[in-house]
Amino acid sequence: MSETERLGPDAEFEERLKEGRFCIQRCEDTGRHVFYPRRFSPYSGSDNLTWVEACGNGKVYSTTIIRQKPERGGDYNLSIIELAEGPKLMSRVESVRPEEVAIGMAVKARIARDGDTAFVVFDPA
Amino acid sequence: MGNLKGAAAIVGAGTAGIGLAPGRSHLELIAEASKQALEEAGLTMRDVDGLFTASLVNFFPTLTTAEYLGLKPAVTVGTNLGGASFEDYVIQAAMALQAGLCKVALICYGSNQRSASGRHTTMADMPKYEAAYKPRFPIAAYALSAARHMHEFGTTREQLAEVALAARKWAQMNPEASERGETTLEEVLSARMVCDPLSVRDCCLVTDGAGAIVMVAAERARDMAKAPIYFLGGAAATWYRQISAAEDLTVTSAKESGERAFAMAGLAPEDVDVVELYDAFTINTILFLEDLGFCNKGEGGAFVSGGGIAPGGHLPVNTNGGGLSCCHPGMYGVFLLIEATRQLRGEAGKRQVKGAEIALCHGNGGTLSAEVSVLLGTEAAL
Repeated sequence: MSETERLGPDAEFEERLKEGRFCIQRCEDTGRHVFYPRRFSPYSGSDNLTWVEACGNGKVYSTTIIRQKPERGGDYNLSIIELAEGPKLMSRVESVRPEEVAIGMAVKARIARDGDTAFVVFDPA
Repeated sequence: MGNLKGAAAIVGAGTAGIGLAPGRSHLELIAEASKQALEEAGLTMRDVDGLFTASLVNFFPTLTTAEYLGLKPAVTVGTNLGGASFEDYVIQAAMALQAGLCKVALICYGSNQRSASGRHTTMADMPKYEAAYKPRFPIAAYALSAARHMHEFGTTREQLAEVALAARKWAQMNPEASERGETTLEEVLSARMVCDPLSVRDCCLVTDGAGAIVMVAAERARDMAKAPIYFLGGAAATWYRQISAAEDLTVTSAKESGERAFAMAGLAPEDVDVVELYDAFTINTILFLEDLGFCNKGEGGAFVSGGGIAPGGHLPVNTNGGGLSCCHPGMYGVFLLIEATRQLRGEAGKRQVKGAEIALCHGNGGTLSAEVSVLLGTEAAL
């Protein structure tokens, strides 16, 4: 691949997501997983990063209900999910009412789409 | 380390338009507060050769402000650590004054956000990996921290409400404070929920207001009109930008900034007479009391209970009423320094903490992202 064709990690992540795969990086120097995608490992500083498919399992590390008037879309959930691989990410737990989401709840990743963009949400496992 | 201790001092403090200042621009408010601060020190705008300022509306805050005030500064610092910027500027100013890069440092901030738009103004960009989930900025981040703190340590909404109640009780003794009405724990607890577990009464105010302080090198400070308030120690610590990058939502980099600031000053939490913490939300006060070493991790809720930080409690915290009841014009950091200065000078009227010699100002920036601790003291504390 020529230098001009090489994608950065952000674009690579998005491409995989659009193909239906939720991938995260693994720092091969430390064995630690990395999210969000980086050019160099925040743990070792090297580019010894490989892509691995996330198993999709996680648990709710913290959660809140963003209160919003019904006419503006109503209340919605906002959570920080700790992936089974270790990293945390911001997301939303869907398929249940926001007040049913609790810290420690086991959740499973799903790729949601909004027009052209894809992003990871979670459902109770 | 340690040679910055006592190198510089605050010699002037001023405020303008605290609360509501309809019909005045943020630059006009900054000018008024700055003039007041300089007059206290017996200085004029012409003496200022160091400018330290951040803004939520100007992309070039130091350029815009210098031009407006008629300054041609040799040193300009506009590092944006959010509301903690102003505590950071005290450290930067102390360094610049000690090195002789400037002789009179003006640290200032102002906003007319309440009159202009009625809401919290921000230029903050949404982090790429958070934006899709619509995290209401900045409150959602603090709500996530509070929820985790409650989960891990059993902290309660009543304890969060105690923080708001204590702030109001201090504000009632501060004629400058915006919100001085009577309130009760029940009233705070029954307020409208914004981001669980935080209600509207767990949030800082949206006000107008400007604040300024003037610093000079210690040797010059002794000749000024007011008793100098010395820089004893300070440190900044940045751990992340976005809340989802926090390793632990219940521990902030205040732990690190506090330790380094105390080390520079040769002091410990038990030496501090008055504490000014950036209370953007009630959880902040609890987190920072823990991280700065006033109590153990997880014990902040118990520490503030039963009026622990209210007037007459075991530690005077946020004696002006804080961001929760005094003012919060978008960035609050400079007001921590102003209140500490007034307390250490013995000018705080009804809310004066008797015999206060040492104050800790702790600024918070971003969403628990950057923390800056500054210890200030009277001549007796040197």
